[in-house]
Amino acid sequence: MATMLGQAEAAPEPASEQLPEITGRSPWALAARRLWRNRIAMASLVLFLLIVVVCLAAPLYAHDIAHVNPFVNNLNGTTIVNGKKVPLMQQGGGVLHLGETPIGPTWDLRHYFLGADAQGRDVAARLLYGGRSSLGIGIGSAVICCFIATVVALIAGYFGRAVDAVLSRLMDLVWAFPVYLLAISISTVLLTSANGLQVGPLHIAASSLWLPTLIIALIYLPYVYRPVRGHVLAATEKEFVEAAVSQGASDLRVIFSDILPNVVSVVIVLLPLMIATTILTESALSYLSVGVQPPNASWGTIISDGQDLLYTRPWVAIAPGIMIVLVVLSLNVLGDGVRDALDPRARLRVEE
Amino acid sequence: MLTFIVRRGLWTVLVMFAITVLVFVIFFKTPGIDPVRQIAGRNPSPLVLAEIRHQFGLDRPFPVQYALMMKKLFITRDLVSYSNQGTLVIPEIFAAAPATLSLVFGAAIIWVVVAIAMGVGAAVLRGTVLDPLLMILALIGISMPVFWLGQVANLITQSRFHDTFLFSWVPPLGYTSLTQNPVRWFEGLVIPWIVLSVLYIGLYARVLRANLIEVQNEDFIRTARAKGLTERRVLLRHTLRNSMITFVSLFGLDFGVLVGGGALLTEVVFGIHGVGFLTYQSLTNLDLPVIMATVVYGAFFIVLANTLVDITYAWLDPRVRLA
Repeated sequence: MATMLGQAEAAPEPASEQLPEITGRSPWALAARRLWRNRIAMASLVLFLLIVVVCLAAPLYAHDIAHVNPFVNNLNGTTIVNGKKVPLMQQGGGVLHLGETPIGPTWDLRHYFLGADAQGRDVAARLLYGGRSSLGIGIGSAVICCFIATVVALIAGYFGRAVDAVLSRLMDLVWAFPVYLLAISISTVLLTSANGLQVGPLHIAASSLWLPTLIIALIYLPYVYRPVRGHVLAATEKEFVEAAVSQGASDLRVIFSDILPNVVSVVIVLLPLMIATTILTESALSYLSVGVQPPNASWGTIISDGQDLLYTRPWVAIAPGIMIVLVVLSLNVLGDGVRDALDPRARLRVEE
Repeated sequence: MLTFIVRRGLWTVLVMFAITVLVFVIFFKTPGIDPVRQIAGRNPSPLVLAEIRHQFGLDRPFPVQYALMMKKLFITRDLVSYSNQGTLVIPEIFAAAPATLSLVFGAAIIWVVVAIAMGVGAAVLRGTVLDPLLMILALIGISMPVFWLGQVANLITQSRFHDTFLFSWVPPLGYTSLTQNPVRWFEGLVIPWIVLSVLYIGLYARVLRANLIEVQNEDFIRTARAKGLTERRVLLRHTLRNSMITFVSLFGLDFGVLVGGGALLTEVVFGIHGVGFLTYQSLTNLDLPVIMATVVYGAFFIVLANTLVDITYAWLDPRVRLA
């Protein structure tokens, strides 16, 4: 399909005096060009990459600019505001003027830019470290999910019959299970167990970031599997598969060199949207305390930490939320752009 | 139609059975965990541990354990919470259901009305600047974590602007039952309703707009115009009606998910003591019997809702019955 469209667009222009050299362009190159021309999609890609880079630089910021360790209590610490030394935890504050309130945003990148949380830790530094976990889990689980779902869909769609029936019913079962409830069940059991998950030689500690990553990848498998399997089924019916089989190509060869290239665009369209979904899911699970575990932070856990400080120091909870909105929004816009670029007909169907 | 209902019903029963097995396996058979300790909550005495081992038949074969668990969940309904000293779990869930239903019903009304208005508005105003504007708003709605939006709403209505005339009517967080004080019930739920509906407004407005534009190119719309019908009548009776099929089936699924426990994030952030809040509380106490029960009951409700949606769909659209 993409190939046909590619040929249509690469068709030579009406004959002129000097025929320019016609260069063949692959459908991928054409799609990339279409995406490149989509300014809004490119802007969101830039925004997304910018946030990724800034979050990757978290240790740099914490060590060299803010000079803080955002993972240890710092209740007796001090910082500098307008050249004066002030304690991080201030007496009074709150409605009753009792107890201690952490310092609010100083808007000074070197000294507690976004203030401190209830344990005197630098919120800005935690925000960046939290971004590493959130983005890592989001991207990691989406990639793992897409990979496994595609492999299963290729096997089910190509071999059909009993294999397809069993695998598809299995996926239907996970699909029927409400995502959050499934994730919560698995997470609680694994988090409460003393030594994490132990499958054969593989051991994952309860505090490891791999745990939420794998759980989120698992619960979204059917959401990728279903559309990909549909396309595998359609491709398997095509004549070129019959031709390959009649030439004596092995199953593996047919799957990888004839079917996979025809469904990989579906996966690529789904990927950014899946990352957006998995980042939202990770934040929700972490907010409910069954996602990322301390000492690690993620945007979800920071929002959860900020809940108690909401009325006195709202930035603790608001800042990570803004980061989530920016990332998810940019991924959604990018996802729409990728879809339009790879499958212009989808847009034509709607926009004509 | 009858064959379809029977076939669909059988699949539903099978799915429900599989879900109970799956939940059982997750909670009792995950490699490397000890279910007795998990059920017992924090710092159990050896006596309690022995009692649990006997009560759940954990010293007996797998099918017996499963059957005992199901008996506790559905027949005798005497599953007991250990973290919460002997509270019966199942009655607790039923007591929490009205709060969840109030929250979800109100939000559903808002999101259906607003999403139809936005979707139709964007489709009609295509070519003007308002269409992309509405769709960007919808996209932002989809991209916001609901619990964070709830916190921002709380910050505005409970703290920063609570003393102004705008939000002075907002009562403190929590849920007042309808029978106890209807006015307070309504006041307390307005903000949660709006916050919960934002995501769905975004989703549904986008879907509806795309469907409307697709249907607008169909031949029967041209026929309707050729018959001399007014634009308004074409839009409402022909285009919108045909575009609503996806909308309605999506609605059934989402409504089921929310009532079955999907609204827990909204319930937690607004302190509404519904089924989802119960799940959350048991998460913080690591009260496994409660989590297990809410998950199974919630999943059952959702599966049932899906079945109803499919049957309605088949009733509305005969092509589905044969698939």
